Amino acid sequence: MSLSLAEVRHIARLARLHLTEAEERDYQQQLSSVLEHAARLQTVDTEHIAPTATVVPMDAPLRADEVRDCPPPADILANAARVERGMFRVPPVMEPGP
Amino acid sequence: MEELNRLSLLEAADGLGKGLFSARELTRACLARIDELDGKIKAFLNLTPDVALGQADLADHRLVAWRQRGGDRPPLVCGIPTAVKDVLCTQGVVTTAGSMILEGFRPPYTATSVQHLLDAGMVMLGKTNTDEFTMGSSTEHSAYGPTHNPWDLQRVPGGSSGGSAAAVAARFCPLALGTDTGGSVRQPASFCGVTGLKPTYGRVSRYGLIAYGSSLDVVGALARSAADLLPVFQVMAGHDSLDSTTSHRPVPQITLNGSELAGIRIGVPKEYFIEGLQGDVAAAIHNATDVFLSLGADVKRISLPHTDLAVPVYYILAPSEASANLARYDGMRYGPRHPSQDLWSTYARTRGSLFGAEVKRRIMLGTYALSAGYYEAYYGQAQKVRTLIKGDFEQAFQKVDLIACPVAPTTAFPIGAHRDDPVSMYLEDVFSLPANLAGIPGLAFPVGFDGKGLPIGLQLKAPQFGEALLFRAAHAYQSVTEWHKEMPRL
Repeated sequence: MSLSLAEVRHIARLARLHLTEAEERDYQQQLSSVLEHAARLQTVDTEHIAPTATVVPMDAPLRADEVRDCPPPADILANAARVERGMFRVPPVMEPGP
Repeated sequence: MEELNRLSLLEAADGLGKGLFSARELTRACLARIDELDGKIKAFLNLTPDVALGQADLADHRLVAWRQRGGDRPPLVCGIPTAVKDVLCTQGVVTTAGSMILEGFRPPYTATSVQHLLDAGMVMLGKTNTDEFTMGSSTEHSAYGPTHNPWDLQRVPGGSSGGSAAAVAARFCPLALGTDTGGSVRQPASFCGVTGLKPTYGRVSRYGLIAYGSSLDVVGALARSAADLLPVFQVMAGHDSLDSTTSHRPVPQITLNGSELAGIRIGVPKEYFIEGLQGDVAAAIHNATDVFLSLGADVKRISLPHTDLAVPVYYILAPSEASANLARYDGMRYGPRHPSQDLWSTYARTRGSLFGAEVKRRIMLGTYALSAGYYEAYYGQAQKVRTLIKGDFEQAFQKVDLIACPVAPTTAFPIGAHRDDPVSMYLEDVFSLPANLAGIPGLAFPVGFDGKGLPIGLQLKAPQFGEALLFRAAHAYQSVTEWHKEMPRL
């Protein structure tokens, strides 16, 4: 299973990762190698096998719809690169990406 | 005080309980040892001596009050200096996950597993090194440099909890916390000659654990014996309303009585004795099973037929989950931001420049496996094969009570040995991954040394929520052997 450079660039776009040209080539080779190993899985008959949705039996618990204390906003903002008037300051969201 | 840092957890607890020394003295001995040797080992990313001494003083108050007024003895972990793997959030204390993308990050809260121990009086010495976001088996993928194995400084301590394992082996502290997603507690325990516990999935809260593979991650611990780990497990385990994947099953009160294992059936899987298994590792495992026989256990060969599928299943599922879990690192709310001309570039350049190569590799792998057109063939199929692997254990545990096997195919390898071939590193995990895929607990402990004097570990695996039997069997073995008492010459 060999990935093309175009596929590698597509994956990098989906993953929001900027790669150098050298990285693109390295990952092309390394990812292809891992996927070749993973191709083994295609030979396994799983027609009547259910996927493992939860490894240990569990359900989705509910709780009462009660208001609880939140951490102070200052604590949450403390790690941000840019903060303005109690908000995370980010580049404009409305412009289209590549 | 002479070498208090060399005490095991139970020895330290005994001395603290009797008032032979204080938690402050014990903590200072550990800090002195770290000061002396961590320049060579690099187990710690961040030391918090003032925090530690403050906690030690509180522990001392509690212990003194108990000695004067009676009542229940504080938990055995009270006053015990402990190293915490740097993927567990600790409020106000820098937590990096071994990555540049969280450089300087101070969590606004503490992980539940850590909080339980702090409430019980544990003393936190600092945060230990890890492969970046726990993705690795050697601690070489830390953005802050590798940790060195105390038994041979040119070799890896294992990973991803390499800093924690090295800290315990080097006698920096009696206890360290780790995490295990594919073997990351058990394999470094094996490489460093210490004892490490991976609990059942859902037995310990993952709240505050920086996530890598959410269906695989487990918080665990490392110390010098199974008996040392028991009080830690009792405090850490239990349901947590902040983690909906934790189990409501009550945590059993486990007691360890003596060294007899009559009636216990131990299975040794034939599929683990492969060509790549280092000869002296195989021999040590066989010697250990002889010890189990001498303790009255019944040892038999079993089959786990889908063992060879564990590596491909894991290296599809874990990266897939990682690609989702690491999407949040975008430079907006925490961590450094790579300034750029627009939002898209800011994301791509922040992530591209601040994630390391192994992390990017796994994110890309996972993104691909989950992408439109490939999801069913890769992720969907891997989830089904996971069911087969889980089924191997369910069937085996109808015939045996425990499974005994090597932790890793080799002992500690040299730093840089797998640099040119990431896949060769992945194959190191072949014996440890299955427990994570099946959600079962595992306990690794030393059973010998190889020709180069490097520790060899054996792991016991039990059915889900079967920790009591793990502790009992490992303790029985450690009651009649001395491997776990050996110390590297530093």
